[in-house]
Amino acid sequence: MERVLLVLHTEPDGALGKAALESISVARALALEVAAGEWAIGIVGARAIEAGHSVGNCGATRWLAVSGREFGQSRYATDVLAVEAIWRAVNPTLVLAPGTSRWRRAIPGAAFRMGAAIDTHASEVKVLDGQVVLRRWYYRQRIEAIQSRTHRPWCILTEPGTVEPFVASGASVTVESLEVSAPPEVLRTTVEGIQAPPADEQTIRPDAELLFVAGAGWTKKQADGKVHVEEAAQLILEFLRLTKCSLGSSKSLVDMASEGQAVLPFLTHLHQVGQTGSTPRHPKGLATCCHGEEPHVVGWRFIRERRAINLDPNCGWAQGKADVLYVADAFEVMRELNRLLKEKEEATG
Amino acid sequence: MNVAYHIVTCAGIVPDPLQTLEPSMGPDGPGLRNELMLPAVLDPWAAHALYEAAHLAKQHPGSKVWLVSLSPRAKLQQVMMSVAQKAAFELVPIDGPASGFTDSVAVGEALAEAIRSIPGLERERLLIFGGWESASRGAGSTLQVVGELLGIQDQFFGVDILEVSPDGGFRIWERVEGGCHQISRCEGPPVVIGWATGTLPEPPNQPQIGMANMRQIMPALQRAQAVSLGRRGLVYHEVDVPRQQRQTRIVRNATPLEIAREIVEWIRG
Repeated sequence: MERVLLVLHTEPDGALGKAALESISVARALALEVAAGEWAIGIVGARAIEAGHSVGNCGATRWLAVSGREFGQSRYATDVLAVEAIWRAVNPTLVLAPGTSRWRRAIPGAAFRMGAAIDTHASEVKVLDGQVVLRRWYYRQRIEAIQSRTHRPWCILTEPGTVEPFVASGASVTVESLEVSAPPEVLRTTVEGIQAPPADEQTIRPDAELLFVAGAGWTKKQADGKVHVEEAAQLILEFLRLTKCSLGSSKSLVDMASEGQAVLPFLTHLHQVGQTGSTPRHPKGLATCCHGEEPHVVGWRFIRERRAINLDPNCGWAQGKADVLYVADAFEVMRELNRLLKEKEEATG
Repeated sequence: MNVAYHIVTCAGIVPDPLQTLEPSMGPDGPGLRNELMLPAVLDPWAAHALYEAAHLAKQHPGSKVWLVSLSPRAKLQQVMMSVAQKAAFELVPIDGPASGFTDSVAVGEALAEAIRSIPGLERERLLIFGGWESASRGAGSTLQVVGELLGIQDQFFGVDILEVSPDGGFRIWERVEGGCHQISRCEGPPVVIGWATGTLPEPPNQPQIGMANMRQIMPALQRAQAVSLGRRGLVYHEVDVPRQQRQTRIVRNATPLEIAREIVEWIRG
């Protein structure tokens, strides 16, 4: 029988995030099958004990917490220390953790210290023929594998957005508070804070229904022989405002920005979708002025419904990579699209 | 305060992203069909790490860049013909598989061993660079192992910006959720930096640097030690290319208004 541990961290507001709640769903289901429903939950954060009470109905059979100011922020050295302390207290064979940016940094280090095998980006964890297996992607979402490990302990980072989050309700639980002291050598790094783009420039919205991708065609010469970068920027920003969608970009368009060419000013490498960028999870995606080449489209692996607007009827999107390809001028379509959306907005007040 | 850094960049090679990849199962686990025939490139995020390393070294006279790569020797030699023209570095090759199906801890252990063998590396100047995640395994768990084995506790991942303060400390921008960055200040080396895309474009080819690099690279490749990697009990049950071919409906003669109406309906639906 496995000994299952789920390790979580609190968010800056002290609560547990969506990814943490999703990983609770995974741990509960797995523990039922491989540990007779017994599992431990360890939480790291400035006020980790309170966070434990907030998910008191999750069914964990043991609760541990590492609290304190030093553990309230994402810092590799202190996070590894905290996870290591929880790990030693539980002595698990199977460790689960949500694949948040914070845990993706620290958990591999903690796992290595504990002699564990580690797998990340698990999009599914289940029991198959009595064995714990996981599903993950290789080569940037181009190859999918189902794999397991005979080595224990085994640590698995689950991919956010792949299961429904656990519906938490507060309940009082007994939380073991672990005393972990942070020596000076783990405090060489101090966290200054989070730098977010200004509210009106925040165009990456992971929870949006729609991903809008702008390709390099927006900055190329149009039918009149001129480039219309300013109009392109206005059309895209207006569409983002009207639909509250998330903005992505192809690599070429982002690279042009870093090479100093006049391009869409609000695009950065953070918007890059594809081989060297992100692989976002949105139910729908609309690509514009983008050719749909393989290095970009691998970033669309988890976009369920895909549509594209491109002047080239033979572009990559036409080769089975999109559900619908509109062979049209994106400038013209976007003008109409924004007009219709604005009319609807005004009609609904 | 000028510090001459010792920057070790860890970078594997991956199949050119334009290639079609097909998995095949062999006696030692999965691999890619015709893997040795596929054209390869330096792993994209690790390549960014190399460009950042070269840029930092240029700003801090006396700095030196090493490139440590675990790859099949013959493939690495091909990749070096182009990479060597991008930045000045000394290659530390390890002859072994570049496959994405290897275990990240085993790869980290091999890299750390190679870094330890570099003569003259000074800990108080040491920066370990690499790509945050590779384009093959994409685990994001290799550099942590390297750092742990080298006793480096200041590790940063998804880094886009590294600023050197006048006091020799670092100000580091790491990617976090929602398109934001976490900014941290670190007292200085040694650190591990897993780069995302950074902010630098790919440098142009510089044939003179390429020629100078290749004088060291060729003998280094000849001397490359072969390693075999442990698997930590990793078992693959299925490895497949997902069926993603869609029946694309191509709309050719619709007016912009008709298309816009259809898209609005789709968005709202």
